Amino acid sequence: MTRALIAIFVMAVVTYLPRIFPLALVQKDIKSNFIKSFLYYVPYAVLGAMTFPFILYSTGNMLSALVGMLVAIVLSFFNKGLMKVAMASIVAVYIVELIMKGQF
Amino acid sequence: MSSIVEIDNNENDSSKILKSDFVKGLKLGLPIALGYVPVSFTFGLLAVRGGMSVWLAVLISLTNFTSAGQFAGTNLIIAGAPIYEIGLATFIINIRYTLMSLSLSQKIDSKMPIFHKLLWGFGVTDETFSVASMEDGRISAKYLYGLIILPYLGWFTGTLLGALTCKALSPMLQNAMGIALYAMFIALVIPSCRKSIAAAFVCGIAVLISTGFKYVPFLSNISSGWVIIISAIAACTIGALVFPRKEDML
Repeated sequence: MTRALIAIFVMAVVTYLPRIFPLALVQKDIKSNFIKSFLYYVPYAVLGAMTFPFILYSTGNMLSALVGMLVAIVLSFFNKGLMKVAMASIVAVYIVELIMKGQF
Repeated sequence: MSSIVEIDNNENDSSKILKSDFVKGLKLGLPIALGYVPVSFTFGLLAVRGGMSVWLAVLISLTNFTSAGQFAGTNLIIAGAPIYEIGLATFIINIRYTLMSLSLSQKIDSKMPIFHKLLWGFGVTDETFSVASMEDGRISAKYLYGLIILPYLGWFTGTLLGALTCKALSPMLQNAMGIALYAMFIALVIPSCRKSIAAAFVCGIAVLISTGFKYVPFLSNISSGWVIIISAIAACTIGALVFPRKEDML
């Protein structure tokens, strides 16, 4: 019990520090054009790297994940909102899994 | 519901801007919160199944407020791993937040007091960061509080419900929900890639590199936390070299 509490405390600290470290340290606007460009691209790079290929392993099997991903890509290409894209993707995965289990 | 509300540049009354900033954040936070419920639900369920008490599972969600890091850490606690190993594994998974916060430090109001940063900084997650960084122009502390509060409540609620639920959702439904957050990532990044070749280029490079890490035999042992960091740093470096932003664009 105490061990779990200590572990949780350590986890909380090593989760919080990376979050606030740059916020506490970098108080001014960075002048370097290279660094500014670099930081501008961070969200796009992080989103790309977080999504693929990990999305393929996020459901029961790769086929349903692939279909869910394609649905998400097509809908977001037409600027549907976060909720619609997420819901449609869940439904698509669910239907594919139903079909694969022969229950559809 | 549109994913990203454009900033209204014509607002002049500053108090009105601040108030609407908070509400705007809340609206953008709602879909994130809903996406968090099934994930944290799963977390609560697995933690209690693994032998953890309900209130410990909830405590982890309240103090950590992160997905991958706390899943890994909790698994290690249940497995009886030494504290240093739990801390190190969690830390490595969470280093990516440094990159996100560094990017946000250039995005927020330049005169924001530090105590605000230390407070909302706790709520930087993959999703809140992504939504905040897609905004046009500078963002305020009010906006960030609005953005973070519902996802935090969603993370807490989902964990509690999952921890209290003895029966799981049907496994098939759980599987299907596993894709929700990734679908949101796609919904965040694709519209930007349509607008900007540079953004699409950087995103594509990052995808290529992280895919390489997954399937090249020797590299596939590297943890996903590192994969995201290395892929992002490499892709952003290439992006900044190939498509440097012009002064007036930044």
